[in-house]
Amino acid sequence: MLLTITYNGPNALDLGYLLFKNPYRPRSFELTKGRAHVFFQEISPERSTVALLLDLDPLDLAKGRENSGQGWLFDYVNDRPYVCSSFLSVALAKVFGTAMSGRGDERQELADAKLDLSATVTALPRRGDKDLPKRLFEPLGYQTQTLTYPLDENFPAWGESQLVTLTITGQARLRDLLRQLYVLIPVFDHQKHYFIGEAEVAKLTRAGEGWLAGHPERDLIARRYLSHRPQLVNLAVASLSPPETSEEPEPPIEEPEKALSLAAQRTQAVLAELKTLGARSALDLGCGQGHLLALLLKDRQFERLVGMDASPTALSQAQERLGLHRASESLARRVQLFQGALTYRDARLAGFDAAVALEVIEHLDPARLPAFERVCLQWARPKALVITTPNREYNVNYPRLIGDFRHSDHRFEWTRTEFQAWAQNAGAKFGYQVRFADIGPPDPELGAPTQMGVLTRDN
Amino acid sequence: MIIEIPELAVVTLIGPSASGKSTFARKFFKTTEILSSDYFRALVADDERDQSATEAAFNSLYYVADQRLARGFLTVIDATNVKRTARARVLSLAKERDCLTVAIVLNLPKQLCLERDAARPAPLGPKVINRQVDDLRQSLKHLRQEGFTRVYVLSDQAEADSVEIHRVPLWVNKRAETGPFDIIGDVHGCYDELVELLEKLGYQVDQANNRVTAPPGRRVIFLGDLSDRGPKSLASLRLAMGLVKEGSALCVCGNHDQKLQKVLRGSGSLAQWPLKDSPGAKAAETSGLAKTLAELREASPKLLKEIQTFLGDLRSHYVLDGGRLVVAHAGLPEKYQGRGSGRVRAFCLYGETTGERDEFGLPVRLPWAEDYRGQALVVYGHTPTPEPLTLNNTICLDTGCAFGGALSAYRYPEGEIAQVKAKRVYQEPLRPWPEPPEPADDILSVEDFLGAKSLDTRLRGFIKIKAENAAAALEAMSRFAADPHWLIYLPPTMSPGETSPRPDYLERPEEALDYYQSRGIATVICEEKHMGSRAVIIVGRDARTAQKRFQAPGKSQGIIYTRTGRHFFDDPATEAALLERLAQALSQSGFWEKFATDWVCLDTEILPWSAKALKLLRDQYASVGRAGREGLTLTLAALDKATQALNGADNSEARATLAELQAKQTARLTALELYVAAYRRYCWDVVSLDDYRIAPFHLLATEGRVWVDQKHSWHLETLAASLTNQDPLFLATKHLIVELDSERSVTRAIDWWEELTAAGGEGLVVKPLSFFAQKDGKLLQPAIKCRGREYLRIIYGPEYALGDNLARLKNRNLNRKRGLALNEFALGVEALERFVRREPLRRVHEAVWGVLALGSEPTDPRL
Repeated sequence: MLLTITYNGPNALDLGYLLFKNPYRPRSFELTKGRAHVFFQEISPERSTVALLLDLDPLDLAKGRENSGQGWLFDYVNDRPYVCSSFLSVALAKVFGTAMSGRGDERQELADAKLDLSATVTALPRRGDKDLPKRLFEPLGYQTQTLTYPLDENFPAWGESQLVTLTITGQARLRDLLRQLYVLIPVFDHQKHYFIGEAEVAKLTRAGEGWLAGHPERDLIARRYLSHRPQLVNLAVASLSPPETSEEPEPPIEEPEKALSLAAQRTQAVLAELKTLGARSALDLGCGQGHLLALLLKDRQFERLVGMDASPTALSQAQERLGLHRASESLARRVQLFQGALTYRDARLAGFDAAVALEVIEHLDPARLPAFERVCLQWARPKALVITTPNREYNVNYPRLIGDFRHSDHRFEWTRTEFQAWAQNAGAKFGYQVRFADIGPPDPELGAPTQMGVLTRDN
Repeated sequence: MIIEIPELAVVTLIGPSASGKSTFARKFFKTTEILSSDYFRALVADDERDQSATEAAFNSLYYVADQRLARGFLTVIDATNVKRTARARVLSLAKERDCLTVAIVLNLPKQLCLERDAARPAPLGPKVINRQVDDLRQSLKHLRQEGFTRVYVLSDQAEADSVEIHRVPLWVNKRAETGPFDIIGDVHGCYDELVELLEKLGYQVDQANNRVTAPPGRRVIFLGDLSDRGPKSLASLRLAMGLVKEGSALCVCGNHDQKLQKVLRGSGSLAQWPLKDSPGAKAAETSGLAKTLAELREASPKLLKEIQTFLGDLRSHYVLDGGRLVVAHAGLPEKYQGRGSGRVRAFCLYGETTGERDEFGLPVRLPWAEDYRGQALVVYGHTPTPEPLTLNNTICLDTGCAFGGALSAYRYPEGEIAQVKAKRVYQEPLRPWPEPPEPADDILSVEDFLGAKSLDTRLRGFIKIKAENAAAALEAMSRFAADPHWLIYLPPTMSPGETSPRPDYLERPEEALDYYQSRGIATVICEEKHMGSRAVIIVGRDARTAQKRFQAPGKSQGIIYTRTGRHFFDDPATEAALLERLAQALSQSGFWEKFATDWVCLDTEILPWSAKALKLLRDQYASVGRAGREGLTLTLAALDKATQALNGADNSEARATLAELQAKQTARLTALELYVAAYRRYCWDVVSLDDYRIAPFHLLATEGRVWVDQKHSWHLETLAASLTNQDPLFLATKHLIVELDSERSVTRAIDWWEELTAAGGEGLVVKPLSFFAQKDGKLLQPAIKCRGREYLRIIYGPEYALGDNLARLKNRNLNRKRGLALNEFALGVEALERFVRREPLRRVHEAVWGVLALGSEPTDPRL
């Protein structure tokens, strides 16, 4: 909420001229959700410091946002008024816009020169990435210094706050410092208060001119600045790339790269398995956003595809991915999505050649697995059931795993022995033969990252 | 002429145009019962004579007819129906819905039709009429054969004018008979057990004279299969026949009864039946019929004739007690109840068979009861099981007496089972005595929880659940909630009182007290509101008893779950340890014996808040506090420096600006500090079990009872005696009973609130002293909260009381919140009551699911 910029120089009062602000006259600016105040906290010939204070109205911030974000009271008990976020960038552009453009009028030489500058940003959310300030500012020639705080000094066990106060110091043109802060402050934060559209790409390109294209974290900056909108990120990266370096456009950014490739291997493995089984109809239990269905849909072997998921949100994303909202009648007949749950009997699930439970059983409480077995194998009774689930043994190969599991909603992750015992038992109970396969590059000792079981009905 | 029409039938009028069908129909039937082809032509074409619209008109007509029949309404088809193809369509419609068909033919003289047609504004002309009359004449003699149950032909106007229509109830309709009944499962010749069972039920049996005296008002219902397999089929038949003849019993037809009747009707002399080594002989051996026939050879021809008549008159099923009870030998799905067709009768006798045979040569039966969703209780037999099998509002009473099991009776409406063990095995079952089947209603069906629903509650009638809320609840239930067997209650949301008019307060107790006083409530209770996390606790006397009653998977002694049905504790060991402490305290206080129960369901608050909400506290509350305090502290330091930097300069305007800014930021910092102090009060570190506090405030239910009929003071006193005085882990809820017409009493309540909230307490909850209250038959809010000023900082945000913020926040609307509070309360109580009545899982879950669905309705989360 507070940004200070200090100029150490032979005639430090020039900072006022450079910023088009009178050091002796504090001023206020109206913003859409509050006010910005500018005042000088140091005025001396050797050293001047200007402060930009954001005074946001918490009630205005919350207005019209009921049930947005993460729900419960999030909008009312909110750090937005107090942290440095995209609001600060907007204020920066409004208050120091002229300086940002590089105009210096009677001090143009100074405006074009590298000066001894430092800036302090209070309450910058770091999101658990300790090195981020260094990675973002040091390639630009600044030294960084961060101050951290306990979340609550009365409860040391709660750990450190994710907020830091960051000071950067270095030789830079004032306009570059301002533009870099303008772009990089929102990169620390995880939400933008405005709509991210193509206009933001233009702003990013403009403010990033001369320093962003060569920044080693260019892609991360673009991705976060544009709130992970892949199309916009690709657009921005393309426009930032120096045209002389390559004839080919940069490959589009895919993220997170590793996860996607394993996920892709899984869907490919399932597709291959369904082809081998000769399935003409397939049921995707827990279809999520429809990645597997999208792949199966391309194959003419599948005459009838059904995706089921418990989440209406996931289903509408799947609908979008598969293009069902504008589907032809023949496509609509071939693929169908509906809401359902793995532990509920469902007449719609009967009569399929194959059912797939791709990375879903680990989202069930272990106590509910018998219900899933009955729903799937006693009542739905597909000719074959393909199940994939993480192999827990492999997890030691994920050093950055937070907590015990690969996903916060996983209720368990099984070793190969555990999974095989469960599948054999379920198969025997309901008259299915079971075989197993690996997905992903296997570790000689620990097996593959994903394990797959294929249950085929006896009759 | 008298025309008898079954109460549910398709009445087909047959006759050429202008024969007077519509006039006839209007004379005897309700307008809504008559579906006329002319009318439907007009509906689809704006012109009732437009012949091009005939197909569309008939499609619509039959569609409406089908819907009416499905719902059980008599339907009259007013069309010429002179062609066989047209009638075939009516007949197949009736067959599909298992309805009887009555044909009423207006076979009036041709001349009359011609004259009437000519007199119409748009006559069809003699050519059409002549053809229709010809068609009719050719049809007349085939009508019975085509499949009409009854055919009435009116040959002239006088006959048509003399018609009287009598609507007669179907044979199976005995809705007026309300019982009480003693329903007895498959007897199969086990006469001695039958006599013993009747005596056990309070009947006096004079075996010598075959006389039975029923207890006053009670009647027996036999579910069929009186004979075969057991040693005394003849005596069993005679006893049942006697009871039925006297009017002391009803009997429905079983497959064995039907078979016996056929044999008796078909064979001149029993001595020759069955022929040795014939396929019939083999079947008679395995079915046990051979034993019966051997007994019957001794019977007099007169008795045989009586038996044959008795069996021949047995109905497929009965609908009793206003439609609340259905009895049928092999059971009956809802769509067949109260209908009479070959298909219905076959179902009643044999159940739903697939035509396949299992490895023992017995027909494969489909488990119709698994999908039963009807309102009526269906009591049936036919399929032997070791224990009477209850499932989805059905109960199977065939406990295989002849196979050495037991003869069972169900007392209606009491719901009790009476049994007599078989004296011995009279016949070895063909199939091994079955294992107790895995209960099929153990798993919920998704169709019961998809789409908009309307849930019936005792306290508030039907409560509507919107489709989008149903979808959200299905997701939450299936992804996050505990096993449905445990979820017998979810707590309702609670509304605050009206917004206080006092400028420095958002909420005060005056408004909550006034809510009840202005609605005629004399006494309320104010309870201290604990700031922790809401938890419902179910605990059994031990794991075994809990498992037996709740049938949940796993081996736990109970459960502690949140207001959304999730396990309260991630760590099962903590849950188990707390449950054990709870059960211990209850045992020490003699709770189980006093309440004659093996389990209890409690509504509680578990403290500290930080135990459950640690993530929220760290990510949200502490994080906001830190950001605000840090930002503002540095801001104030910057402003200090700025003020100093102006020293020496002559700039009073700049100074004033900075001073104003400083004052405002100082106030913000103070607000942030108060906010941090507010949440800190509800936090303490939990190292061991003893650091938790559990504050129970409602004793919701025990075996056979839901305690919402007891005053809140009873709840708190009972909980004090059984728990909070037993073990310091359990925290008593401080409370005050307030007489609303006593100023002193009201002042004491307000003072108490002031005192509690000044010390940072969350506030008070005001409830009618009786658990819930009504005014003019409408449920009042079961509870209203009034929260303290300090507490509200963590709800409305750190700066809510600064400047004019409070005034801006006062504009809030409570209506939606209050509506939800009432509906959720009614559904919660409904769920408990259904569980205690031992209704099926689906029915209990439906109500709990309803609470969750309503909880997904968007409301202002600050209320």
